[in-house]
Amino acid sequence: MSNHYETVFIATPVLSEHQMKEAVQKFKKVITDHKGDIVHEENWGLKKLAYPIQKKSTGFYYLIEFKGAGSLIEKLEVQYRRDERIIRFLTFRMEKFAVEYAEKKRKQKESERSKEE
Amino acid sequence: MAQNESEIRYLTPPTVEVKKKKYCRFKKNRIRYIDYKDPEFLKKFLNDQGKILPRRITGTSLKYQRKVAKAVKRARHIALLPYVTDLLK
Repeated sequence: MSNHYETVFIATPVLSEHQMKEAVQKFKKVITDHKGDIVHEENWGLKKLAYPIQKKSTGFYYLIEFKGAGSLIEKLEVQYRRDERIIRFLTFRMEKFAVEYAEKKRKQKESERSKEE
Repeated sequence: MAQNESEIRYLTPPTVEVKKKKYCRFKKNRIRYIDYKDPEFLKKFLNDQGKILPRRITGTSLKYQRKVAKAVKRARHIALLPYVTDLLK
């Protein structure tokens, strides 16, 4: 039985664009290696934090939506904890309304994009 | 004199408050999922210290109050909302 999950992590702002991509690749690989399916990903870019974390006031946000088994989460979070570049992360299972909402939001964005073009 | 007796006079006119009925905005607008990624929306449920407002003030139904609380807590964890602050708005 696979579940729908969403994970967001904040990486330190000291990373270069290339390093950030590398970190994203690494976590995507962790997911796919454990038979996870990436549904969607979103780069929020550099954002100001509402309060300082590890004395940093900004951070790179990245969101990944994926399907996978529950045992995957443990492995993913261990990787987050071991990685010094990650200052904060959040993973949770999406209930059906959350999935619906995310899909709707994505469709909206797509239609907006197609309108612009 | 008989005129004054029939008419009651107030120094300050009594305020007749028409109470507006509170309603749950999620039920009314058919919102079923509360997104933690939208801090501006969640701020409607916080006071200016960043505390979650009680149901008796916002009028949210219990089912959605729980979801609001969860969304706010997620937003705080991921640093979209502050845990403690003054003058949030």
